[in-house]
Amino acid sequence: MKIKRIGVAAIALAAAGALTLSGCTSGGASPSADAGASTAVITTNGSEPQNPLVPAITNETGGGKILNAIFAGLVHYEADGSAVNELAESIDSDDAQNYTIKIKSGETFTNGEEITAQSFVDAWNYTSQTEEQALNGSYFFSSIAGYEDPTAPELSGLKVVDDTTFTVELSQPESDFPLRLGYSAFYPMPSVAYEDIDAYGENPIGNGPYMLDGEGAWKHNEKIDLVVNPDYDGPRKAVNGGLDIVFYATQEAAYADLQGGNLDVLDAIPDSALATYEDEFPDRSVNQGAAVFQSFTIPGRLPHFSGEEGQLRRAAISKAINREEITDVIFSGTRTPAHDFTSPVIDGYSEEIPGSDVLEFDDSEAQELWAEADAISPWSGTFQIAYNADGGHQAWVDAVANNLKNALGIDASGAPYPTFAELRTAVDDRTIQTAFRTGWQGDYPALANFLGPIYVTNAGSNDGDYSNPEFDALIEEGLGETDLATANEKFQQAQEILFQDLPAIPLWYATANGAWSELVEDVEFGWDGVPLYYSITKSE
Amino acid sequence: MSGYIVRRLLQAIPVLLGTTFLIYFMVFAMPGDPILALFGDKTPPDRVLEALRERYNLDKPFIVQYFLFLGGIFRGDLGTSFSGQPVSEILAATFPVTLRLALLAIFFEMVAGITIGLISGLRKGGIFDASALVVSLILISLPIFVIAFVAQLVFGIQLGWFRTTVGVGAPIQDLILPAIVLATISFAQIMRLTRASVIDTGGQDFVRTAASKGLSRKRIVPVHILRNSLIPVVTYLAVDFGTLMVGATVTEGIFNVPGVGRTLYQAIIRGEGPTVVSFVTVMVLIYLVVNLLVDLLYAVLDPRIRYAK
Repeated sequence: MKIKRIGVAAIALAAAGALTLSGCTSGGASPSADAGASTAVITTNGSEPQNPLVPAITNETGGGKILNAIFAGLVHYEADGSAVNELAESIDSDDAQNYTIKIKSGETFTNGEEITAQSFVDAWNYTSQTEEQALNGSYFFSSIAGYEDPTAPELSGLKVVDDTTFTVELSQPESDFPLRLGYSAFYPMPSVAYEDIDAYGENPIGNGPYMLDGEGAWKHNEKIDLVVNPDYDGPRKAVNGGLDIVFYATQEAAYADLQGGNLDVLDAIPDSALATYEDEFPDRSVNQGAAVFQSFTIPGRLPHFSGEEGQLRRAAISKAINREEITDVIFSGTRTPAHDFTSPVIDGYSEEIPGSDVLEFDDSEAQELWAEADAISPWSGTFQIAYNADGGHQAWVDAVANNLKNALGIDASGAPYPTFAELRTAVDDRTIQTAFRTGWQGDYPALANFLGPIYVTNAGSNDGDYSNPEFDALIEEGLGETDLATANEKFQQAQEILFQDLPAIPLWYATANGAWSELVEDVEFGWDGVPLYYSITKSE
Repeated sequence: MSGYIVRRLLQAIPVLLGTTFLIYFMVFAMPGDPILALFGDKTPPDRVLEALRERYNLDKPFIVQYFLFLGGIFRGDLGTSFSGQPVSEILAATFPVTLRLALLAIFFEMVAGITIGLISGLRKGGIFDASALVVSLILISLPIFVIAFVAQLVFGIQLGWFRTTVGVGAPIQDLILPAIVLATISFAQIMRLTRASVIDTGGQDFVRTAASKGLSRKRIVPVHILRNSLIPVVTYLAVDFGTLMVGATVTEGIFNVPGVGRTLYQAIIRGEGPTVVSFVTVMVLIYLVVNLLVDLLYAVLDPRIRYAK
């Protein structure tokens, strides 16, 4: 989950931005670059990894970006989010519950060790069964058979058949399991890793398009230098000379470096530059959909928000919010109004789901719905939306509160919590007595990933304690299908139920915002908002 | 003199114990579970949370945590950050950077502040004095992030005289611009302090005596006026050094300096008790040592203090 860094001093940049900026002076970027011709090193922004560089232990973007460059998994994700085999020869299943995975033979880690089925099984067992280490394990491996027993050293659902084949048994059918396998938690590790995991995390040995530029390439809090892995022979073959990832404490500093010519590719535009960066970097910037869904959740335990009255009030609130205006004015068009509960970059996304018109702004209808609810039980009190004040949420929360005040004539306001930790604690122990902001960044490009973990009864991130047996059943049916298209139909039917119950009010999708220098070409951003570094070329 | 130094050093022990205890208590009292926040909007199973809390001693009562931390210090173990890096390593990596930045800033503000303050004081009421006062007033009233952003934009991006942010290893040439930015606010204080002090000293009897004895201005200004004017300035510099070490957060953020301010800020946000307390302890130590040095420097500057003991 990406934990947003705090932007500083928007005012200063706005003031400073009034001065005109001189462009980069290095002209003459040659547009040539045959495949593999470029040997120049790309510099890009990153942040100090919060954990050792071990796939199992990393769950934030700073470390994830590095791991994705130095490791290759069974599948990888194309820019459009489709999963393509990388190390896998084939991933087969007849029942969406028992999978047979064949891997390509002859592939090696950068220390020369061959990658076998055992490399995967060992890494997955390590990730799931050493829980004090594995921030990811619990989440990604809980569906594999045998996970329920934390004392077992190995998952009973994993079996090595031969050097290049292993089988996975899930505790229940999950059709999107193959889509998951590109996520870093599923990367293989060489056997040397288990001898001293801390030392390994400092100088990880991987199998991806890039590798560390020698021992100590990770300069803590400053940068990490990656060079091309000459032995990598897969779909992500690098066409540049390497990757220097510079760690920034603020997005402003990274943006200044792009302006100053110290940085080639930037994938995070600071709030203060959102309105101007596309003009400043014409033809060298991107503003495209990303797999981030944003909402606020109204727990059903709040008075007036359960049963039929609750449904009416939730629909009224949703209709009272002018998403177009807020995304335009407050986010300078860098958010897209939501049309469903997932994300436009996911296969199976649809804007035509019955009931989704509840997301359209209509204040008179909102008033009617609110009045109908009042007829059941008159409204009293204040409607509040809790948010963490360290994450830049105040502007939109205030705007939404204003919408509600104007359309429904009720008292509405934001309820700030000083830090993210405080908000999460209040949400987690259920002491929170207001609505609160929620969001979901897709871990892998699948519809079910945006629905199952959040709205299924008792699911891990079901912070609003939503429960609807019909919804649960549809998700389960979808997960039992082996055909992705049929599965997605079920997930869309499940969303119809969400549109009636509105356990969370969908707001908008985040977009990926980035820009790059004149020196680089072929910059493409992936479904997760991270550039596909291996395909970037740079003139010398 | 040596007895005085020993006494001062012994006084530092209760001060250090008191501050670490207070800081630890405050970090502990911060609401919100830092471990839970590591998972973003996802909620991990309880057994994972418990295992992680145990690893960082967060499952134990406050007083036990504090003594575990203290015990660690005596074994030379300052604990680990949530990223698994030993806090001692983080300290060793960040303090030299901020120290360089602070010393450079002190250098700039001293040279500029004292020189301009002296000239202003000697030519009180003149054009130079008036314009120096106006400029210092502007610098005092501008928030440091405005100065930093404008400096970065003009000198880093537009003119290209400096790198926009500090490069790997924080070399001195990259630190010049942030140091100047950091120096601007204190520069104004030092300049004004020096000016007032010079004007004050200039009117004293001993200066008039020296002049009436026929001493040249070249001798009166540095020996009689400047030396006696520096005492309040030195006191200010000492306090200022501590402030610079701690207060570099904004500047370090804008120029991406991998120093104390930036690291401490992130540690506070993440609720990493051991990191925060270790950093603050070192800062308190620096404060104590610098103050001791300043008290000793007084004796050099003003013989009356030396003899008054």
